[in-house]
Amino acid sequence: MTQAILSARAIGAGESRGRPFWPRGDTALAFGLLAPSLLLLGLFTYAPVVQLVWQALTAQSTIGGPQLFAGLENFRALFADGAFRKALANNLIYALGTVVPSLVLALGLALALVRSTQVNALLRALLFVPVLFPLVAAASIFLFIFLPGIGLLDYHLAKLALSGPNWLGDPDVALYAIMGLTIWKNAGYYMLFFLAGLQGVPADAYEAAILDGANPWQRLRHVTLPYLKPTIGFVMVIGLLNVVTQVDHVFVLTKGGPSDSTNLLLFYVYQQAVETYDVGRAAAGTLVMLALLLAITAGSLRTLERSFGEKEP
Amino acid sequence: MSAGLGEASSGVAMAEISPRIGYGAAVLVALLWTVPFLWMLVAAFNPQNVGAGMASLVPSYVPTLANFREAWASADFPRYGLNTLIISLGILAVQLVTITLAGYAFARLEFPGRSLCFYLFLLQLMLAPVVLIVPNLAMIARLGLYDSLLGVMAPYFASAFGTFLMRQAFKAIPRELEDAALIDGATVWQRIGFIYLPLAKPSLIAFAIVSVTAHWNEFLWPLMVINSPDLRPLTVGLATFTRGAEGAQAWGVIAAGTLIVSAPLLLAFALFQRAFVNSFVSSGIK
Repeated sequence: MTQAILSARAIGAGESRGRPFWPRGDTALAFGLLAPSLLLLGLFTYAPVVQLVWQALTAQSTIGGPQLFAGLENFRALFADGAFRKALANNLIYALGTVVPSLVLALGLALALVRSTQVNALLRALLFVPVLFPLVAAASIFLFIFLPGIGLLDYHLAKLALSGPNWLGDPDVALYAIMGLTIWKNAGYYMLFFLAGLQGVPADAYEAAILDGANPWQRLRHVTLPYLKPTIGFVMVIGLLNVVTQVDHVFVLTKGGPSDSTNLLLFYVYQQAVETYDVGRAAAGTLVMLALLLAITAGSLRTLERSFGEKEP
Repeated sequence: MSAGLGEASSGVAMAEISPRIGYGAAVLVALLWTVPFLWMLVAAFNPQNVGAGMASLVPSYVPTLANFREAWASADFPRYGLNTLIISLGILAVQLVTITLAGYAFARLEFPGRSLCFYLFLLQLMLAPVVLIVPNLAMIARLGLYDSLLGVMAPYFASAFGTFLMRQAFKAIPRELEDAALIDGATVWQRIGFIYLPLAKPSLIAFAIVSVTAHWNEFLWPLMVINSPDLRPLTVGLATFTRGAEGAQAWGVIAAGTLIVSAPLLLAFALFQRAFVNSFVSSGIK
């Protein structure tokens, strides 16, 4: 058996004689195997990006007229649009207001529920259920939760003799109401990563800290958190990606209103494309989002390369 | 990295850092987290479906299926469900072929331009397809796929995430197995089909769960591609249905419709909890 493998290696080596690094057969085979994926990626990733850049830099001066080079005109118009600036600002608030609380919550829950008892397994499962709901379905439920007067939230606040604001109707409140839904939906997902990360903290590290007389807070700060740093970074990236790519609930709950107070970038782009048919502005808006996505993932590129890839650890 | 919801973990030392108050707070949060789900159940079986009193979380009625009947009658859920099934399984079927082939190429073959190809794939991982809805819609229209299920599926047929996942799985398989098959005269298809795929089954399952969940729940893209009511997936059907029922303030019917749409995945999760959790953890970036 071993001999057979050795001789197979020898045959293999013989085939590639003269081309020590790239055996010809391998190259043709590799591109044959990659062809379906590369063709599809070309159609639905690379070509769209090229088209976006083209559309963002050109404009039609007359309807049906030729596409003329417009420089940064589309971007100027985009940033001059109050609705876009509002969507950008909302997205920043939304990012800060959902990622940080979900992350803290997820970490706290993971720390509290890390021991495996049957009760904890049940509690973790309950926290994970929102992750499986389609965002649209979650929004349908929250439509009633936020309903003024007889809705779930107001009904129970009334029992405490409190009255809530018009959750989705008040421009000052609506975005925060939507953030509540997002945190509810994602915290359980992020908790999974922290639970997995906590498995990697060696028990010795805690024992040493306990011997040194560290209290629980000190142990959290000096033992647990340093070990969880990669997980925190990873969850932050996923959270930020979700912030840019998920707007289904905005569609169901508010359609970006009242007066653009809950509009987010992707929903703004959707509106430009589907409702106002402004191709140049939609393209420019999409490019702004792509730039954000690249900025978010660029930081974790090293990690991606290491976990998936070409650069071995 | 893997952790089941009920898996053993580093034990005694950890208990120290979750003081009692923290644990109490976590229990409260977990209970609070179930409230929307609980309300959906209570409201869906409520004989009354409008007006005040719908907000009660304690059922004080004889349960009825009336809301389900009304939801069932006012939206074509079986057809939407079938469309969703076709979309998510169709995407998965093609993905399994493309990611297996590309994964094998990256795992086992040396070729010029390999690094370049790797970064081309990585680009898709960074530029989430959902953000490209506007140019992709134009592309779908140009290919004559507007208002078709194939149009909803096509942009997802290639998956950088899946490719990298398969690459990892294939690399972990001892090369000697393939060498032995090579001596027996097995073609590359036979080697992939009889050696690599069976041994990579856990990764295939993990990918399948993440992929089906993602596309089962997808909304904005099918909303843009589909125009005919007959071709709507569950999510788009639910959003349209909700808008109609919201006008009528028929909250019990909305709850029933939402339950119908969410039930399949929740049921699958209840049955295969461990597999779901592991695949979500291993997925990370979709």
